[in-house]
Amino acid sequence: MTTITFGKAINEGLRRALADDDKVVLMGEDIGTLGGVFRITDGLKAEFGEHRVVDTPLSEAGIVGTAVGLAYRGFRPVVEIQFDGFVYPAFDQIVAQVAKLHYRSRGTVRMPMVIRIPFGGGIGAAEHHSESPEAYFTHTAGLRVIACSNPADAYVMIRQAIASDDPVVFLEPKRRYHVKGEVDLEANLADARPMGVATTVAAGDDVTLVTYGALVQTAKDAATAAAEDDVSIEVIDLRSLAPVDYATIEASVRRTGRLVVAHEAGEQGGVGAEIAASITERCFDFLEAAPVRVTGHDIPYPPAKLEQYHLPDLDRILDGVDRALGRPNSLSEVDA
Amino acid sequence: MTPSDREATGLLTRPDDLVRLLDATGRRHANPEFDPWVADVDVDALVELHREMVVVRRLDAEATALQRQGELALWPPLAGQEAAQIGSARALHEDDFVFSSYREHAIAWLRGVRPDELLSVWRGAAASGWNPYEKRMAIPNIIIGAQSLHAVGWAMGAKWEASSAASIAYFGDGATSEGDVNEALVFASSFDAPVVFFCQNNGWAISEPVGLQSKQPLARRADGFGMPGIRVDGNDVLAVLAVTRWALDRARRGEGPAFIEAVTYRMGPHTTADDPKRYRTDDDLAEWRERDPVTRLHAFLAASGADMEAVDADAKAAADRAAAELRAGITAIPDPEPMSVFDHVYAEPNSHLERQRDRYARYLAMFDEEGAR
Repeated sequence: MTTITFGKAINEGLRRALADDDKVVLMGEDIGTLGGVFRITDGLKAEFGEHRVVDTPLSEAGIVGTAVGLAYRGFRPVVEIQFDGFVYPAFDQIVAQVAKLHYRSRGTVRMPMVIRIPFGGGIGAAEHHSESPEAYFTHTAGLRVIACSNPADAYVMIRQAIASDDPVVFLEPKRRYHVKGEVDLEANLADARPMGVATTVAAGDDVTLVTYGALVQTAKDAATAAAEDDVSIEVIDLRSLAPVDYATIEASVRRTGRLVVAHEAGEQGGVGAEIAASITERCFDFLEAAPVRVTGHDIPYPPAKLEQYHLPDLDRILDGVDRALGRPNSLSEVDA
Repeated sequence: MTPSDREATGLLTRPDDLVRLLDATGRRHANPEFDPWVADVDVDALVELHREMVVVRRLDAEATALQRQGELALWPPLAGQEAAQIGSARALHEDDFVFSSYREHAIAWLRGVRPDELLSVWRGAAASGWNPYEKRMAIPNIIIGAQSLHAVGWAMGAKWEASSAASIAYFGDGATSEGDVNEALVFASSFDAPVVFFCQNNGWAISEPVGLQSKQPLARRADGFGMPGIRVDGNDVLAVLAVTRWALDRARRGEGPAFIEAVTYRMGPHTTADDPKRYRTDDDLAEWRERDPVTRLHAFLAASGADMEAVDADAKAAADRAAAELRAGITAIPDPEPMSVFDHVYAEPNSHLERQRDRYARYLAMFDEEGAR
C-alpha cells in the first residue's frame, strides 16, 4: 500500500495502462508538456513520448472526433476534457458518434474510448469550471458513465474504464484531487470489484443515502454526525451512474425502507430522479417514505461566492435524511 | 513542406485554376503538371472508368425508382457526381480508408459494397450495410462533416504506426461551414496527417447555394490551414483521378494533407423527399447537362478510336447485371427481428439494457400466447 493523492492515483493508473497496452493513447489540451492543468498526466509524455501523450489543438470536438478515427484503427484513446463546462463543443461527437458507432456499425466498430472529465464544484473557480454534466451522458444510450470518489478506486477504475470495450465518460471530482489515501499499486484488475458495482462505504439501518463523486466523503461525514444523534445511515458510493447497480441499492432500501439521493447536479432530469423513480418501481412495498433528493439547484452554476448556497453540504444532506425519516426538517410545515 | 518547397513543385494553392484534362466536349487538354499522374491510363482503363460511371448512374436511377415504388424509405441520388466519385475512388489503394458522407454510393461500389448492402440502410432494414474493415470504408455519416475528424484521427494513427496508408474524407460544400470540418483541417495540418479532404462542391446544400457557405472558392480555405488546396473539374473523371492520386501520393510520402475541391453538380434532388424546383431553375440544370461527366468521357473515348459499339454494349450489360442484382437484393433483405432492436448498443454486458430487453421480450411474448389461444 502506498499513500498518494487522488490525482496521483489517476496518474499512476494512466501510467500503468500506457505501459500495459501500446494501443492506449492520451489526448487533450495541455496534457503533455504541462502535464495537464491539474497535473493528472504529469510526466507521462516524457516517459511515453509525444505519440502516446498528445497535446492537441484547442478543439474539444476535434479531440473526440479524431479519437473516433483512432479507435476505428484499433487504438484505445483516453481523452481529457480540461474542465466539465468545456465538454459541450464535443457533445455531437460524443452523442452521435462515440455512443452510437457500435450500434450503427452493427457491432463491427468498437469505441473503447475514455472521456475523462474533471467535474463538480467547490473550488471557487471561474464560470464553466464547476459543472456536473453527467445527466446528459447517462441519458445517452451506448455510453457508460463512471464517477470515482477516492484514490484507491480511481487507480483501479481508470484502468477498468480503459480496458472496457465500451466508451466511458469518466468523471473525476476535481475538489478531491488533493485528498490522500492508500492505494495498492500492485492491484490486479482481475481481482478488482467491477466498475459497474456500487460500494457500501458506511453500513447503516435507518436510511439509505446514495451519492457519488465528491459528495461521497460529505455523505460519510454526515453518517458520522448522524450516528451521534442515533440515526444510522447506510452510505452507498454509486461509482457507476450508467448503468446503475440497482441490486446494491435495492438490497439496502429493502432493509432501511428509506432512500436519499444526493448530487451536485441539478434536480430536474438528474441521476437522483432516475434512482428515485426506479427504486420506487422496484421496491415500493418496502418504502416507508417517499424518496428524497438533495441536489444542486436548477440554476446555471453560480459565482464562486455563491456556490456554498448551491452545493449540497453535510447539513443539507442531514436535512434530507430527516425528511426521509419523518423527523423535523426544513420542509416539515410544507409537507404537513 | 515549406512554402518554398511548394513553390518549387508548382503545387501552391491555386484555387482560381480549375484543373481540367477533358473539357465538356470530351477534348483532351495537355497539363504538364497532372498528365504524369494519368500517364498509365490507356483506352482500356478509360473504358473501365466509363463502364463504372454508367453502372453507378444506373444503380442510382434504379434506387430512385425503388424509392418511388415504396421499396426504399429514402434515397439521396448521386446523379451528376459520377466522375468526382469514380475518379477519386479509383485513385485509392486497397489499404487506404474511406470516411464518407451519405451520397458516396459510387465510392462504396468501387470499394466492393454490394447493392443490397448499400440499400439496406435506405430501406430502413439495418443501421448500416457493410463491415467497414472488410471494405476499408467507414459506415457513412449523415451528421454533416463529422466524418472528416474521423478520417484525420485514422490518419494520425497511420502515421504513428508508420503505415503507408492514407485516409480520405468525403464531404460536400455545405459541410465546409461546419466546425468539425474546420477542426479536422487544423488537426490534419498540425499533425501532418496523411489524409485527403475531398470536397464535392455540387453547388447545393439542399436548397442553399454554395455562395451562402463561402464568398470565395472553397479550395482557397486550404491556404489558411497551411495545406495545398486545389480545384478540379469534378465532372472530368481523368482530372479527378490525377488530382486525387497526386494528393494521396504526397500524403503517403509524409508531406501531409491536401484539400481538393471537385466542382460538380447535383443533377437530382437532395433526396427523394426534396423538390429542387422550389429553389433552382431548369436553366441551371440544362447548363450542367452540357457538362455531363459520362457523355464527356464517352466523346473522348470515341475520339480516341475505341470501338464504341462494344463500349456501349459492355457498359449496358454491366449496368443491367448490377440493376438485376440490386432488384433481387432489395426484396431479399429480411425485415429485422423485433428483439434485434437491442443488439450492439454495447460491446459488453449491460445490466440496465439487459433488464429492459428481458421485459420487452415478456411483453412481446404476451402476444404470442394470445395468438396460440
